Amino acid sequence: MIRDITIGQYYPANSPVHRLDPRVKLLGTLIYIISLFVFKGFAAFVLAAIFLVAAIKISRVPFSYMVKGLKAIVVLMVITGLFNLFLTQGTPWVSFWVFTVTYEGAENAALMLIRLAFLIIGTSLMTLTTTPNQLTDGLEKSLHPLSKIGVPVHEIAMMMSIALRFIPILIEETDKIMKAQMARGADFESGNIFRKAKAMIPLLVPLFVSAFRRANDLAMAMEARCYNGGTGRTKMKPLCYKRQDYIAYAVLFLYLAAMIALRFVWTYLSALFGW
Amino acid sequence: MSIILNKVNYVYSAGTAYEIQALKNVNLKIEDGEFIGVIGHTGSGKSTLIQHLNGLMRATSGGIYYNGEDIYDKDYDMRGLRSKVGLVFQYPEHQLFETTIFDDVCFGPLNQGLSKKEAGVRAFEALNCVGLSEELYYQSPFDLSGGQKRRVAIAGVLAMKPEMIILDEPTAGLDPKGRDEILDQIAKMHKERGITVVLVSHSMEDVAKYVGRIIVMNQGEVMFDDTPNGVFRHYRELEAVGLAAPAVTYLLHELSERGLPVGTEATTVETAKKEILKMLASLEKR
Repeated sequence: MIRDITIGQYYPANSPVHRLDPRVKLLGTLIYIISLFVFKGFAAFVLAAIFLVAAIKISRVPFSYMVKGLKAIVVLMVITGLFNLFLTQGTPWVSFWVFTVTYEGAENAALMLIRLAFLIIGTSLMTLTTTPNQLTDGLEKSLHPLSKIGVPVHEIAMMMSIALRFIPILIEETDKIMKAQMARGADFESGNIFRKAKAMIPLLVPLFVSAFRRANDLAMAMEARCYNGGTGRTKMKPLCYKRQDYIAYAVLFLYLAAMIALRFVWTYLSALFGW
Repeated sequence: MSIILNKVNYVYSAGTAYEIQALKNVNLKIEDGEFIGVIGHTGSGKSTLIQHLNGLMRATSGGIYYNGEDIYDKDYDMRGLRSKVGLVFQYPEHQLFETTIFDDVCFGPLNQGLSKKEAGVRAFEALNCVGLSEELYYQSPFDLSGGQKRRVAIAGVLAMKPEMIILDEPTAGLDPKGRDEILDQIAKMHKERGITVVLVSHSMEDVAKYVGRIIVMNQGEVMFDDTPNGVFRHYRELEAVGLAAPAVTYLLHELSERGLPVGTEATTVETAKKEILKMLASLEKR
């Protein structure tokens, strides 16, 4: 039932991308997103596509998983596409009834859609190849300098990893309680909205009770092991850069440099040919 | 009155990286009035199996027939089935939600469409049946002890007057006294009301003591389906899949291997005692 929902949706595999340091992947995703929005022109998108496809190939995650992420934002993409298509001023291309499609509109719409698709696929590649724990570890380490100015980086990272860890547990618990109440004849599907809301009580009360119980147990277990925040705490798997991480950084900066170079070449060519 | 499972298969998360086949070609027939024990290692498919019996999980392939009717028929009354086949989950006390114990037990009967008065009568009977003292009826279920909560939860299913009740490890986490009380009450119900009982358990002793037939699950398949004597005769194979026979079975086998004339069929302490006394008597005669 609800069990099939995957959040954090890690795809287990043993690939070079999976083995990368999470900090590299975090920074890489950030650079990729920025590159998508800063740069214009056909060539830049070809390069972005090559980069993305190469990364997916190396990660050994099936392409169908990437497309799953896109399904969630199909509505958003359609609306964005339509707005760009019909509401951009410029040279008319096709017109029917009250709508006019301009050349600029078509171009904008296409670029926007490609941008959104690349954005979602790029970020889901990160979540598919990094476990939530690695991700929060990477965040903690990357943001560590902020703790000097009083930001509780360790605590925030700990809260994030606990919250992420609890998502599947609570989903499972919800599934269990739902089934237990259905076995007692509860009906969660039929009726109007008020009846449905009322039918949620037998689900929500036990769910909250169990969430509090689990939180209590966890706090107790942490205290029993003398947890007292981040100071002086070491890691079982400390993050260290290895050779592959430096190579990945090099590739990332090459990509960024190529994008910047392309941008200048594109502006130059546009000016030259009057595009 | 029976449940028939015909070549039931169930696959978790089909088509993803986490795909697991939890049930493989399960064929079973459960007759009216039986007391059945289901044993198996963690992850052997026990819980998946029992959730198929009242339609909470839908088989990936295969058919389930309740009293001759296909429960996967489009217009089959699934909620009706759930009130005939009661299912008590593991740690059922986690499903309590009402402000009073009495109201919580009324939840099932009210869902069946009974009037408040009738539901109250059912709740009263059910709470009485699980042996909860009357002064507790109008207290909050969250103030009870673990064992008492579990009784309330079991009463919540009993109040629906099912023809068959399935209990998934009803004694997990209870002390020996609480365990015996709950199992004795279930056995009493089976005897007096003739209700069909399916008991999922990890304790071979409990299973041997109460049930008339044991189904052993292993990696999603039915490994054995026989009387306790018949199943525990294969104690070596059971060990190979992480299970065991009751302690007395080992004792009797050990005695017999050392050349003493003792029968090895007994599975409960009582019958084993009889066997040993019989053996001692025959030895004295010589």
